[in-house]
Amino acid sequence: MSTRRLVLFILLHVVIIVGAIVMFFPFLWTIITSITPGASLTSTPALIPANPSLGAYGRLFTERPFGQVILNSILLAAITTVVQLVTSSTAAYAFSRLPFRGRTLVFGLYLATMMIPLQVLIVPLFVELKTFGLIDSYLGALLPTFASAFGIFLLRQAINQVPVELDEAATLDGAGHFRTFWSIIVPNIRPALATLVVFSFMSSWNSFLWPLIVLRSPELQTLPIALAGLQGQYISDWDVIMAGSVVSVLPILAIYIFAQRYVVQGVASSGIK
Amino acid sequence: MTTVRVGRRRTKTKYALTVLAFLLPSAIPLLLFVLGPMVAALWVSLTKWNLLSPAQFVGLDNYVKLLSDPTTGAVFLHTLYYIAGYLPLVYIGGLALALALNTALKGRAFLRGIYFLPVVTSWIVVALVWRWLLSPSTGIVNVVLGWIGIHGPGWWTDPAWAMPSIILASSWKDLGFVMVILLAGLQAIPTDMYDAAKVDGAGWWRRLFSVTLPLLSPSTFFVIVISLINGFQVFDQVYAMTGGGPNGASEVVVEQIYDLTFRYGRAGDASALSWMLFIVILAVTLIQVRGQRRWVNYG
Repeated sequence: MSTRRLVLFILLHVVIIVGAIVMFFPFLWTIITSITPGASLTSTPALIPANPSLGAYGRLFTERPFGQVILNSILLAAITTVVQLVTSSTAAYAFSRLPFRGRTLVFGLYLATMMIPLQVLIVPLFVELKTFGLIDSYLGALLPTFASAFGIFLLRQAINQVPVELDEAATLDGAGHFRTFWSIIVPNIRPALATLVVFSFMSSWNSFLWPLIVLRSPELQTLPIALAGLQGQYISDWDVIMAGSVVSVLPILAIYIFAQRYVVQGVASSGIK
Repeated sequence: MTTVRVGRRRTKTKYALTVLAFLLPSAIPLLLFVLGPMVAALWVSLTKWNLLSPAQFVGLDNYVKLLSDPTTGAVFLHTLYYIAGYLPLVYIGGLALALALNTALKGRAFLRGIYFLPVVTSWIVVALVWRWLLSPSTGIVNVVLGWIGIHGPGWWTDPAWAMPSIILASSWKDLGFVMVILLAGLQAIPTDMYDAAKVDGAGWWRRLFSVTLPLLSPSTFFVIVISLINGFQVFDQVYAMTGGGPNGASEVVVEQIYDLTFRYGRAGDASALSWMLFIVILAVTLIQVRGQRRWVNYG
């Protein structure tokens, strides 16, 4: 290795590592604040807390129903994810493998739904679900999340890259479309499916506005809403607010670590072409 | 003859049913909960309605009123300000990261994980954390700035610094997403292209501009399209960090839609503004799709 390359090599590492520290610091600071009792707007916590304590976490689960709130969020995110896997993969199969008249137009309409801000829909959606009697119920929170144009787009790109010869071989063996879909397509798009699991779970876990409007009862609340509530109630108890933040990041972090290698692959295989 | 025709019709029907079976699970929710409400919103935009008493048809009045209201111009300007700050920051940052992490580096997966962490974090958490980091008197950023003798600004409490605070937090959150997409694009570039460029004596910068960027253009296109679609709809972070304040300094379009609906009970105006925003987003996206032939290289 020449000196010039060595210098570049070291420089690259320094930049990347310093960058990673800067990126991670807000999380570290969150954790430090959460274990510093009495962290508030009037005092900055020390980098190494003098009397670290998990008291703020205790207060989350005793003063607030955080156990219940976490279970609610897990339930909603799990249902959304499973349903989106089904609706996205079947639609993606149709858009990739089942030609029909007006398909391009229908696909265009699907994609257009990605460009509609949720806020545009809020009022009519609220009135609609009220008519069905679904306000303040999980079904009301869930129904609008059942189909995802993003998921369909992602999976269609993945299915497009599965060689058609595989389908043709299956057809020759007498397999119909459902069979081909289930035993040829699904196994071949696993990375994209894993990517969708992460994105679906994440978007449900983090969704704020719609659950805020639909779920009225405290016992139905999800994490982001409970967190926003913390900001109101513990206005200067930053340790409690940051403890809530840590708790809400952990499950999603676990899912991400589990699926990480697929996420990059999934985006790569979608080719975005 | 007839039997053949009947048979063909039967297979045709069967095929149509198959297509429907694959499409309906997604088509029904999209129709009922996205396209339906959207059309309904178009109707609401032609009425005067406070969500409680019956709606009154007023034609295009809401649109005319909005177009002559200086607030409308202001909220669109704030949204453009956000996009103008955010997009270059995440793209250049994301590109630099992707280029760096595409080299043979130890612990690449771990580093990628760290950069991606903010992407999976909810906006409420990010907003809470950044409000705390950027807290004017005790926030760590101003404390550190104080060490080197800089008197930090009031960040989200200062009208001039509210939007930069939101841009900073947003870029931090989305950098990892842009990085992953560009990384995927970089990995699709065949290495022999670089070898050929090296043989021709092209240096690092030259290779970046003549090989990497042109071949990365589909990914760049995707990042720009998605970022603009999302950028025009920026809301969660504004709502959680500043609520559009102080003094409306960071009031963006969607924040205004939200306020019109839920604060002032002006559902008609809110729906009209929503439709204006949707048309802007659609136009911007179509212009990009049309223009992509000029610079996007699909190899």
